[in-house]
Amino acid sequence: MSPPVAPPAWSRWLVPPAALSVHLSIGQAYAWSVFKPPLESSLNLSGTQSALPFQLAIVMLGLSAAFGGTLVERNGPRWAMTVALICFSSGFLISALGAETKQFWLIVLGYGFVGGIGLGIGYISPVSTLIKWFPDRPGMATGIAIMGFGGGALIASPWSAQMLKSFGSDNTGIAQTFLVLGLSYAVFMTLGVLLVRVPRVEGSQDPANTAGAPALTGVQVSANSAVRTPQFWCLWVVLCMNVTAGIGILEKAAPMITDFFADTSTPVSVSAAAGFVALLSAANMAGRIGWSSTSDLIGRKNIYRVYLGVGAVMYALIALFGDSSKPLFILCALVILSFYGGGFATVPAYLKDLFGTYQVGAIHGRLLTAWSLAGVLGPLIVNWIADHQKDAGKHGASLYDTSFIIMIGLLVIGFVANELVRPVDARHHIPAQREAADVERQQSEPA
Amino acid sequence: MSNDSSQSPPDRRPLIAFAWLWVGAPLVYGLYELILKAKQLFTG
Repeated sequence: MSPPVAPPAWSRWLVPPAALSVHLSIGQAYAWSVFKPPLESSLNLSGTQSALPFQLAIVMLGLSAAFGGTLVERNGPRWAMTVALICFSSGFLISALGAETKQFWLIVLGYGFVGGIGLGIGYISPVSTLIKWFPDRPGMATGIAIMGFGGGALIASPWSAQMLKSFGSDNTGIAQTFLVLGLSYAVFMTLGVLLVRVPRVEGSQDPANTAGAPALTGVQVSANSAVRTPQFWCLWVVLCMNVTAGIGILEKAAPMITDFFADTSTPVSVSAAAGFVALLSAANMAGRIGWSSTSDLIGRKNIYRVYLGVGAVMYALIALFGDSSKPLFILCALVILSFYGGGFATVPAYLKDLFGTYQVGAIHGRLLTAWSLAGVLGPLIVNWIADHQKDAGKHGASLYDTSFIIMIGLLVIGFVANELVRPVDARHHIPAQREAADVERQQSEPA
Repeated sequence: MSNDSSQSPPDRRPLIAFAWLWVGAPLVYGLYELILKAKQLFTG
C-alpha cells in the first residue's frame, strides 16, 4: 500500500486534526479505571484482575509501536490509522461481547490484546508525517498530536461514567457502553484516515502549494542503524528517567497530597485530592503542547535540560519544604507533570534532529519501550517505598522522602545522558541514492 | 478553454474549519469536565 500523497495546494493544517482524531481516541486508555468498579462487581473480579485489560493494552502498545514502526514507515500513515481504527474499535466490540456473555477473557483479549495493538500503531501513525509537514516547527506539530493522547482520557472518563449511569453498571450496561465506544471511535477516527496525506517531494510540488513541505534533507538514519547508535540509547535513558519521575507523582497523587498535609491544620479532603489529580492532568496536557512548542525555539537539548534539571529541583523543593506550604507543593507537582508531558511530546522532534525524517516514526516506536519500563519502575518505586515506610511506623510526608531522593537521582542520570547526546556519526547515515529511491517508490502511486 | 494549470486551487478553508471543529468540540467538553473537577481542589 502506497502512502497517500497530498494533491497540489493541500493544506498542512489538515494533518494535525487527522492526527488528533486518532490520538484523542486512543487516549481513552487512561480512562480504563472508570470500568474497574462495575467490572469487579458484575463479574466478581478482584482489583488486580480488573486491571488486566489495561495492563495488557499498555504492554501491547509498547510492543506494537516497537515492532510495527517499520511497517508504518513502509505503508504510510493512512494504512497505520486504518489498522489502529480496526484494532481499537474491534477491541471494544469483542469486549462488549465478553461483558454481555460474562466472559472476562474476551475483555482481556479484546481491549488488552487487539485494542492494545491499535494503541501502539495509532500512537506512532502520524508522527513521521507531521514532522515532514512541519519541518520548521516539528515540536509544535508532534506536541499537538501527543497532547491528544493526554486529552483522550479527559473526554472518555466523564463520557463513559455518564453512559454507565444511563445503561446501568451491570454486565449488560458495560457491554452497551463498550459497544457505543467502539462504534463512536470508529466514526471519529475515520476523519484521520480520510484526511491524512504525506507531503509531495520537492520537484513534484506545485508552486501554488506554499504550505508544502520540502524533501528530506540533511542527516538521515534508518531505524535499524539508529538502534545501534549511542544517541538512541542516551535518549532512551532520558525518556525513561523523565517518565519514571512523572509517573512517581501521577501514580499516587491523591494519597500523596492527603498524606503530606494530614498532620497540618489544613488537611486535604478526598474531593480536593480528586481536584488535584484533575489539575495534574491539565498540566500534563498543557506541557505536551507548551513545552514541545518551546523546544522549537530553544532547541531540544536545552528543553530536556529544563525537564530534567528543573524537574530535579522541583522534587528537592517538595522533599524539603513541601509539607510546610500547600501552594508550593501543588506548584512543584504541576511543573513536574508538565515536564512529564513535555518529555513525551518533544522526543519525536529530538529524534528527527538526530536521525532525520527518513524512518523517524519507526525509531520513535522503538524508543517507546522506555515508556514500558518507566510504567513499571515509577509506581514500583513510590508504592514499595511508601509501604515499607508505613510498616516502619512513619507517616505523612516522610512516607515519600526516600522516593523523592531516588527520583532526583534518576533525573540527574537522565540529565547526564542528555549531555552525552552528540550528532550521529556519518557511518550510520544512509546513502542519498537509497533514500531518494525509497521516497520515489513510496510516492509512485497517486492518493 | 482553460487548462489545468490556469485553474485556481480549491479553497480548503471550510474543510480545515470542519476538521478542527470535529476534534475541538469533544476536547472542549473534556476540558470543561476537567475544570469542574479541578475546582474541587479549592472548594472541596
